[in-house]
Amino acid sequence: MTDGKQNVDRRAFLGDTLRVAGALGFVGIAGFLAGRKSRGGELVWQLDPHKCIACGNCATHCVLDESAVKCVHSFSICGYCELCTGYFEPAPISLTSGAENQLCPTGAIQRQWIEDPYHEYKIDQSLCIGCGKCVKGCNAFGNGSLYLQVCHDRCRNCNECAIAIACPSEAFSRVPGSDPYLLKRREGHA
Amino acid sequence: MRHCACFVFFCLASAACLAEERFPPPDFTDHQVPQTIVASHHGPAWLYVDLAVLTAALSAASYFALARRSRRALLLLSIGSLAWLGFVREGCICPIGAIQNVSLALCDSSYTIPVTALAFFVLPLIFTLFFGRTFCAAVCPLGAMQELVAIRPVKVPGWLDQALGLLAYVYLGAGVLFASTGTAFLICRYDPFVGFFRRSMGVNMAVLGGAFLLLGTVVGRPYCRYLCPYGAILGLLSKVSKWHVKIPPDECIQCRLCEDACPYGAIVEPTIAQPATERKGARRRLLAMLAIAPLLIAAGWGLGSMTGVALAQLHPRVRLAERMRLEETGKVEGTIDASDAFRRTGRPTEELYHEALQRLQQFRWFGSALGGWIGLVLAAKLIHLSLRRRRTDYEPDRAGCVSCGRCFWYCPKEQVRLGEIGSISLIPSPPAGER
Repeated sequence: MTDGKQNVDRRAFLGDTLRVAGALGFVGIAGFLAGRKSRGGELVWQLDPHKCIACGNCATHCVLDESAVKCVHSFSICGYCELCTGYFEPAPISLTSGAENQLCPTGAIQRQWIEDPYHEYKIDQSLCIGCGKCVKGCNAFGNGSLYLQVCHDRCRNCNECAIAIACPSEAFSRVPGSDPYLLKRREGHA
Repeated sequence: MRHCACFVFFCLASAACLAEERFPPPDFTDHQVPQTIVASHHGPAWLYVDLAVLTAALSAASYFALARRSRRALLLLSIGSLAWLGFVREGCICPIGAIQNVSLALCDSSYTIPVTALAFFVLPLIFTLFFGRTFCAAVCPLGAMQELVAIRPVKVPGWLDQALGLLAYVYLGAGVLFASTGTAFLICRYDPFVGFFRRSMGVNMAVLGGAFLLLGTVVGRPYCRYLCPYGAILGLLSKVSKWHVKIPPDECIQCRLCEDACPYGAIVEPTIAQPATERKGARRRLLAMLAIAPLLIAAGWGLGSMTGVALAQLHPRVRLAERMRLEETGKVEGTIDASDAFRRTGRPTEELYHEALQRLQQFRWFGSALGGWIGLVLAAKLIHLSLRRRRTDYEPDRAGCVSCGRCFWYCPKEQVRLGEIGSISLIPSPPAGER
C-alpha cells in the first residue's frame, strides 16, 4: 500500500515538474520575444505618402464606418495656389467655394484668402472621409502637400489592417508607436 | 485668368519632376504658416488595464469553476468579459489572433510583438496547464457570445463531432503558416464575431457572424469546437492539466443524470469491461493505425506540395507578379491600380518576377508542411480513437470540456453539497435494465 502511494506521489511530482517546466517554457519564449521589443517599441499602422497612389480604398476598406485614414495638410510645402488642383474640379466654373467647383465630396477643405494671389487650405478632419480625391489632384499638378495619414485617435490598430490588405501600392506598414506619423515636411519647418 | 495661364505653364514645365516644390512656398508679409497638427497616439496605458483584467478574469474563472463550482458565477463573469473584452475593448486583444503575432514574431525579427498580444497568448496557456480550459468558460468573449446563444443545443453525432473537431487543427496550421510568412492573418480576417464587437462590418462578415450565431442556438459553441485554433492548443494542454472540473464534487454514484447535461458533447461514459477476444482485436487495430500513421503524413506531404501554387495566391506580391506578367505579354487589356503603382516605383519587373518565384518555392514547401500537418492530425486522431482508457465514472472529456459548469447542477451529490436535498438515498435509482 505504501509502495502504491509512493508511486502515485512520484507520478504527481513528475507531472507537476513537467507542468511547471512547460509554464516556464512559455514564459521564456514570451520573455525572449518581449526582449526583442526594446529595439523597436510598440508598432502601429501607417501609410507612406510617397508610395500612396490615392486610389480611394482607404475610404472604403477600413473596419470603421468612418475611416481612420484622413487627409493631412503640410502647410510648409503648400504653394498656396489660387487654382488649387486639390480643391477645385478639373475645369471649375469659377474659382469660388461653390459646391459645383469643389473636388472634395464632403466639402472638408476650407479655402481662405491670405494675400494676393495666395490662398490657404485647411482640412476639417471631422468631415474628411479619406477618399484621397484632393491628394490625387494635389499630387498631379501641385506640390503634394495634401496627403493621407492613418489618424491615431481613430485607428483601432487592428492585428491585420483591412486597408493594408486592399492597398494596391503596399504603402501600409507597421511603424514605431513613438513616431506614428510619416509626415511630409520642408527642411526647418514643422 | 492670368493665374490659370501661369498654372498651365507650370504643369508643362514640371510634369516630369517630383510632385514637391512645383510652386515655391510663398514668403508672406504678415501671415504665420500654420503647423500641421496630427492627433497623438494614445500610449500603452491600456496595456496594464488589459493585463490586470485578463489575470483577474482567469483567476476568477478558475476559482468559480473548480472551487466554488458555480455555474451562475461563471455565467456572470462571461457576460462581464463579453462586455469588457468584447464590446468595450472591441475584441482586438484576443489570444486566438495572438497565435499569429507569436508565429510572425518568431519568424520575422523585424516585427515587434505587442506586449498585450504576448501576454494574452501566454497567460491562458499557463492557467490551462493547471486548471483546464477555464479561459474558454468565462474569459473569452467569443466563447461568451456563443455560450449566451446556446438556447436549444442538440447532440452532434459522435463521428461528426470528432471529424469536425479536426478542422480546428487544420485552421491552426494554416493560420500559423500564413502568419509566419507575413502573408495574411487569416484568423483575424475571418473572426466571425469581431464585427459585432466593433459594431461595424461588411456584408460578408455580417452573414458569417450571423450564421455562426444562428447555428450556435442549436449546436453548442460551433466556433469553439470546430474552428477555434487556440481552443485546439488549450484542449491539448487541458489533457495534462493538474486540476480539472469534475462533475460530482466527490465520488460518482453512476446515476447517469449528467449524461445529457453537456451541450458540447464533452461528457464521456464509463467503459465496460472488454472480453479477451475483443481486446485482441483492439490491439491489432491500434497496431494498424500506428503503421499507417507515417503513410498518412507522407501522403499529406505529397498532396500538400501540389497546393503550393494555389496557397501562394494569397500573397500580394505573387498576385501582382502574375498580373504584371499578363499585362506585359498582352494577355489582358488595361492596367490595375496595383500594376500602375508598381510601374511608378521604377523597379525592374524581373526583380518582382524573381521574388514571386522565390515565394512560389517557399509556398510549395509550406503546402507540404500543411499537408504533412493534416496527415499528422488525422493519424493522431485515429491512434487516439483506437486507444482504450479505463473509466469507471462519468467524466468530462478534458480536451473538449470548456468548464462551463452546466453539469454541476445535474449531479445529486452536488445537490447534497449545496444542501438542496438531504441525502442521495432520496433519489430513485434507474431501473436495472437501463444500466
